[in-house]
Amino acid sequence: MNTTATTLSPPMLAAHDIRKSYGKGTARFDALAGVSLSVYAGESIAIVGKSGSGKSTLMHLLALLDQPDDGTLMVGDTNADELSVRQLNRLRNQDFGFVFQQFFLTPNATVFDNVVLPLKIAGVGARERKTRGMAVLEQLEMADKAKNKAVNLSGGQKQRVVIARALVNNPKVIFADEPTGNLDTITGALVENILFALNRDHGITLVIVTHDPELATRCDSQLFIRDGRAVRSLDTLGEAA
Amino acid sequence: MNPLDITRAAISNTFRSKTRTTLTVTAIVIGAFTLTITSAIGTGISTYIDNQISSVAAPDALSITKASDAAPGSQSGPAPYDPDSAVVGGRFDGDGSEFSSGILTAADVDAIAGVDGVLEVNPILHLAPLYIEHDGTGKYELAINANIQMITPDLAAGAPTPEGGNHVLLTSAYLESLGFPDAESAVGQPVSIGIADHSGEIHEREATISGVQNETLFESGIGLNQTLSDALREAQDIGSPADTEVGFFLATARFDPGIGEEALSALKADLAELGYNAMTAADQIGIFQAIIGGIIGVLNAFAVIALIAAGFGIINTLLMSVQERTREIGLMKAMGMGGGRIYTLFSVEAVFIGFLGSVIGALGAMGVGAVTNVILAETVIADLEGLKVLIFAPIPMLAVVLLVMGIAFLAGTIPARRAARQNPITALRYE
Repeated sequence: MNTTATTLSPPMLAAHDIRKSYGKGTARFDALAGVSLSVYAGESIAIVGKSGSGKSTLMHLLALLDQPDDGTLMVGDTNADELSVRQLNRLRNQDFGFVFQQFFLTPNATVFDNVVLPLKIAGVGARERKTRGMAVLEQLEMADKAKNKAVNLSGGQKQRVVIARALVNNPKVIFADEPTGNLDTITGALVENILFALNRDHGITLVIVTHDPELATRCDSQLFIRDGRAVRSLDTLGEAA
Repeated sequence: MNPLDITRAAISNTFRSKTRTTLTVTAIVIGAFTLTITSAIGTGISTYIDNQISSVAAPDALSITKASDAAPGSQSGPAPYDPDSAVVGGRFDGDGSEFSSGILTAADVDAIAGVDGVLEVNPILHLAPLYIEHDGTGKYELAINANIQMITPDLAAGAPTPEGGNHVLLTSAYLESLGFPDAESAVGQPVSIGIADHSGEIHEREATISGVQNETLFESGIGLNQTLSDALREAQDIGSPADTEVGFFLATARFDPGIGEEALSALKADLAELGYNAMTAADQIGIFQAIIGGIIGVLNAFAVIALIAAGFGIINTLLMSVQERTREIGLMKAMGMGGGRIYTLFSVEAVFIGFLGSVIGALGAMGVGAVTNVILAETVIADLEGLKVLIFAPIPMLAVVLLVMGIAFLAGTIPARRAARQNPITALRYE
């Protein structure tokens, strides 16, 4: 599946036959029924599926936000089970960046305050927060909006702020859950360009969850998922399984 | 997140929902206000009492009464007659047995004088003078302060009762009635005191005002020196049967004030063994203090109940906050904020609400207290020199603020726990 040269080194994140279900008894719902996936440093990978296919659950597991019921999840050479809560928190804070479809910005806080939240959580001092926060806003051409309240921004601006927030800690991986889902086509394309430029120019690994086949084809590799299982191709996705 | 950022974030979160915060803070303000007021009254009155003890109470005097026999309970029927109990004269109705603390006789006085450590015993006569008059300005009833030897009077003018000649020590309450414009002008002036003898005939005795004392909570009434007491007693006894044994309701004993606490306790114990209650003026005033302390304690308890109710307000407010900020909490957790930090964030918010409420309440109480003190000093307690009802001492005030913050912290633990335990996935999915 991985076509790039990065196959030489061990994957950055690897899931092997992971399962996850919610609920109990008759209400039990298998979100993931045995999925394997490797994410190599520097690549961009799309997790493609319809809503309810389990693609978001897979991303949450890869991002260590949740634990699989079964199967193994490796972070580099380490089994995720062996990581302490503190190590997990640090990993998510330092190495991961998150971009959500619904933005999750604090509406009444300023753009700047939203962007530097990960730095605040990391315990970075106010002065350094200022420099790094403004630098990343500069990079996304949002510096002039730094003092605006997040609630007053347009959708595209919001998503750029979200990307800035994901970037501020210089992460190795950005997890993007339907990053263009709430945006019109033109704005969506702009946001896509920003994400792929980060991947190309800064070597940031992208894990994009999407139902949009066009966005998926822009990625180096794709994982198609349906009813909690990996399927072969885009075509299969359309078939009734 | 470093502690400074947590504190800042918590404080700014507090002001996000202004109406809700205001209402919660108001509830705390009410509790903190009440508690500050009650503790200020406690401080004010106990400070006054302490001053009284140190300035008014004579350090070397014991007030001695006869310990009454164990009072029979109402169910156990009448107490058996004790033929040894004194049948005495001295203006007690009948044999004086209705006098609850019992009657001291000359034999008792001798026994007290014989106790080791007692330097001198002065039996206090029961005098019932009818009136006092100055220069024909009118006759006024008077109260005698039998305890005058127990106190160092707080003088407004003149001197305490010297021996040699008949002297009285007035209290400031008598000045106006007796026609004196102020305390100074009364000193050295003559007064006459009327007293009825055994057959009801009234005799007048002349005396000089040696001084005027300020009215206090504990001691009021006119002080007489021994000479005047004896003269009045003599007049009172005119016509009474010659061989009646004289009874005293009280005796004052002097002791060496330098003997120390332990020797004083031993002295009291010795007297108690002989069947006498001995109390220093400080002990007597201490009873007031205990009663007032009890009242203040009850008031404080009510204020604390109000604060506990306000604590539930904090729980409610923060639970709503946690609910509203579910996503934000989820996001912060996703970004690597530990549960402990989230817990701290909400706890600090609770403590800050408590801090805000208690400081506003305490400051409000101080404002109201300052006004109240002025009003009270001019009206109700105008006669009680040196009494400041509300005293806002820094340590009790700080204690109130800390207590409220403590209650707020405890109230915050429930919402803070809920926030800390939130699962980031569920929180981010929450609509």
